[in-house]
Amino acid sequence: MSATARALPNIRPQAAEQEDPREHLMLDPKPRGEMNGMVLESMRSTGWRYWLVTLVLGFLVLTCFFYAWYYLIANGLGVAGVNRPAYWAVFLVNTVFWIGISHAGTFISAILRVMKIEGRRPFTRAAELMTTFGLVQAVSSVFMHLGRVWLAYWLIPYPNERGLWPDFHSPLMWDFLAINTYLLCSTMYLFLPLIPDLAMVRDHKTGWQKVAYRILSLGFRGTEGEWKNLHTAMNIFAFAIIPVMFSVHTIVSWDFAMAMRPGWSSSVFGPYFVIGALHSGMAAVAIVLFLVRSTMKNMKYFIRPEHFNLLGKLMLMVSMAWAYFYFNDYLVPWYGGDKWEQILRLFIEKGPIWWLWYVLLICNIVVPWLILWNRKWRSTPWLLALTGVVINIGMWIERYVIIPETLTINRMPFTWRIYIPRVEIFLTIGTVSLFLLLYMMASRLIPLIPVWEVQEGQEAHMLRKVGKAEIPAVSEIG
Amino acid sequence: MSTDLQLPVFSNTTQEDLKGRWGMVIDQDVCTGCQACVAACAMENNVPFVGEDDAGYGRGMHWIRIERFWQGTFPAVKMTPFQPMMCQQCHKAPCEPVCPVFASVHSASEDINVQVYNRCVGTRYCGNNCPYQVRSFNWRDYTDARVRPELTTLQNQLNPDVTVRRRGVMEKCTFCIQRIRHAEDAASSEGREIADGDVVPACAQACPADAIVFGRIDDPNSMVSQKSLASRGYHQLEELGILPRVTYLQGESNVGNG
Repeated sequence: MSATARALPNIRPQAAEQEDPREHLMLDPKPRGEMNGMVLESMRSTGWRYWLVTLVLGFLVLTCFFYAWYYLIANGLGVAGVNRPAYWAVFLVNTVFWIGISHAGTFISAILRVMKIEGRRPFTRAAELMTTFGLVQAVSSVFMHLGRVWLAYWLIPYPNERGLWPDFHSPLMWDFLAINTYLLCSTMYLFLPLIPDLAMVRDHKTGWQKVAYRILSLGFRGTEGEWKNLHTAMNIFAFAIIPVMFSVHTIVSWDFAMAMRPGWSSSVFGPYFVIGALHSGMAAVAIVLFLVRSTMKNMKYFIRPEHFNLLGKLMLMVSMAWAYFYFNDYLVPWYGGDKWEQILRLFIEKGPIWWLWYVLLICNIVVPWLILWNRKWRSTPWLLALTGVVINIGMWIERYVIIPETLTINRMPFTWRIYIPRVEIFLTIGTVSLFLLLYMMASRLIPLIPVWEVQEGQEAHMLRKVGKAEIPAVSEIG
Repeated sequence: MSTDLQLPVFSNTTQEDLKGRWGMVIDQDVCTGCQACVAACAMENNVPFVGEDDAGYGRGMHWIRIERFWQGTFPAVKMTPFQPMMCQQCHKAPCEPVCPVFASVHSASEDINVQVYNRCVGTRYCGNNCPYQVRSFNWRDYTDARVRPELTTLQNQLNPDVTVRRRGVMEKCTFCIQRIRHAEDAASSEGREIADGDVVPACAQACPADAIVFGRIDDPNSMVSQKSLASRGYHQLEELGILPRVTYLQGESNVGNG
């Protein structure tokens, strides 16, 4: 009784009153020129650490990406670990993984833009960049996987001397078209909101740099008509890219679900893969935001705990949705009791690499649920980034279980053989390094913060005095 | 009072009635597991030697393999009959629709599944989707004497009727289509229909126990048709409905791999 009585005063809504509204970026405005200057400074300033990391990444890209790939092409896929029955392995694990990463970019940007969630403003660009650079890795991983990559253009439907079109019955063909569509759409979607920022950079540069940015910004001057057109175009793209995003990962899942294999032939794979992609993609956004915030100058002003909080909530939601789909994908085949599905379950849970399955569940469900429910924890940048790393490891393993481990079990027990990656390991390191290197290079060439979007948001927000209290007020933005 | 719901009439032509053209019967009761078929197939079809390392890693590329399993738990184990396994030339082959470049296609005239090496780009989707796991992939340049000098003399034994494959393409049993074509040409030049026994694939030719019989299954009088009617007959993974063309004969009812 007495404990309850003592606890009572704390129930009063003090937290909202004590919180300084200026903790929110939208309510902590800065003059336009000063903010532009901050972003330009973040692009210019490079310390020795930047160059050291670039050098290391460049070395890794040269050796683990370009040389390893050359070695793979020159010697054939024999230098990789792929083998019957695991005809598909880490290369396609990487493909699905990178497409997953690239999903969150568009998701955060498009869905949050459409729903007008103000917290998105400072980090849409960082997320969209992830989409484009992630897709670069996904596409290279598919090419690494091909036996005769020099003939990859045969998948393109064009009138040719062979008198032959690609086979549109093949899920790989759908996949090829879907990824290309997604790459084109997301690149354009990245470019559109970039135009005003490129124009801003152009105004602060001289010489050949000014010329380059003038070309890139398509002569944007900021007239009323230009803004109107830009908003219309962005609106169209934001709405159009959402179904594209859903379709792409569904089609990726069909590469597996359409096949006649135990463990693959599943009707839940489409949405399950979409949620899986968002799961790893959100986590990747958290990592990237943490890196940008802690390594680039002036970024602590733009990327704040409130944004990590928003992202953490999304991550928790997606993690729960993912667990729901995973449960579905587990329960139905288990209840069905098909002989091969049962053997496959047994192999995954008690086989020679049983621990992968438990790591998967811990990384994807246990860790996020334990950390993300707490507002304070999820608002801590490094902790959220760490959770992001754990989730991404878990999601990579999930794809590993779905591709080479599931392929190990087929209806011909004579061919069962454990798959062990070889040169794939280096190429995986190579794709990660290339992704980071591209990101670091882009951070010096384009503003990572959509400055005009932040300014637009700040203009719409203000603190209104009501009595003694300051109440945030928002006006509608077209 | 009757209610006419005007139900649609479903036609009764199911694909299970389709017989196909060429077929094979493998009698597991007489197979001795001597692997002569494996060797003969490799010689006839230029199946490459993959070398010690890759063979140890399980990359042997034989188009036909002899499977055997132990049944039961120790100490009451017994060995199942030898099971030669090769492409079953499914009528509804799962490997065909998944190829994005038409490298795995169905031959309309022979009703067998063929692989066009020159079109293959090596996505290996067909290998994944093959329930029998009988497709083999050229992981390296196993036939290039510039890469492997020890092949310079071995190249003299290559069969000129069969393409030598390079790295990065998928390959599989063709029912010795070069022999089928040869027999068809001979028959047509003599102005007759192809007769039973005109086509003998390398595996059947080499089998000392005559466990493998090949022929036309659209001819009810051919040896292969007669044998495939035996009550011992069954098809591998019949339940998938992909209409395999190879009938296995096994006396006891212990279908170890069904």
